[in-house]
Amino acid sequence: MAAPAQLGLQNAASPIMEELIAFHDHALMIIFLISSLVLYIISLMLTTKLTHTSTMNAQEIEMIWTILPAMILIMIALPSLRILYMTDEFNKPYLTLKAIGHQWYWSYEYSDYEDLAFDSYIMPTYFLEPGEFRLLEVDNRTTLPMEADIRVLISSQDVLHSWAVPSLGVKTDAIPGRLNQAMVASMRPGLYYGQCSEICGSNHSFMPIVLEFIYFQDFEVWASYLYIV
Amino acid sequence: MAEEMKAKLKNYKTAPFDSRFPNQNQTRNCWQNYLDFHRCEKALSAKGDDVSVCQWYRRVYKSLCPISWVTDWDEQWADGTFPGRSELAAPPSPASSVLLPRW
Repeated sequence: MAAPAQLGLQNAASPIMEELIAFHDHALMIIFLISSLVLYIISLMLTTKLTHTSTMNAQEIEMIWTILPAMILIMIALPSLRILYMTDEFNKPYLTLKAIGHQWYWSYEYSDYEDLAFDSYIMPTYFLEPGEFRLLEVDNRTTLPMEADIRVLISSQDVLHSWAVPSLGVKTDAIPGRLNQAMVASMRPGLYYGQCSEICGSNHSFMPIVLEFIYFQDFEVWASYLYIV
Repeated sequence: MAEEMKAKLKNYKTAPFDSRFPNQNQTRNCWQNYLDFHRCEKALSAKGDDVSVCQWYRRVYKSLCPISWVTDWDEQWADGTFPGRSELAAPPSPASSVLLPRW
């Protein structure tokens, strides 16, 4: 989850998110360099007493400031497209999870074997234990196995919502009548938090998502308990 | 064929990649498997064959489709008001109509 007053992206829990962070750093560095250069040139322009009133042509500099930006844009576009296609890759999933948005909670279904389903409401602030996070905790966490490719199918029962988990680089709209597919995989066990990302009414800010990634063997135990319940 | 299907069903983990639906929108994948299950049951029971091979489609649509959609469609099927009836009557065609469920 995000630390207080955090500016940057959250730590990556999946390989895709690592690539996204790397691309973000690359693009941001280019932006900082260009902005600094432009600001510097502006300051030079504003503080000189020299004048030049007879510019007729400037062939060389025109060439430079056309070719160089084109090259910079290509250097941004190539990694961008590479990541775009990487996020669309479909690996053989181990498990299918359905995340259905409601006003104002998420419900999760694991239907590969039995119909396991539960609702996930926000934990009201009054009921938080010490150390838990306000407006981020839920009563039933979505438990998943780590190091497994998981297909998440996202939909909605009423209005538009959006299922987002920043650590995993996922944000997919929940549209009524439509099933949107996203792939999720975590490299390590842990708790990953997200929040609804499409305005959906008065409690839009109060329908968080908590994914709990655990070891395979523990996941099978958890799934069998869910069935009994 | 039935033995292969039984083996496939035994090793079923989750709905596999379907190249007919390679993109993000999997609505049609869910719908198509639901239709294919009923079409398979109808065709095989009409011929008097073993209907258990149709279980593959059932597993796939159960994996993909939200439980509420399946419940609604099962009720409609029982009532005879299932909107996909016309698609079931015709043989499967790649250029089938773009009529989507629930819209």
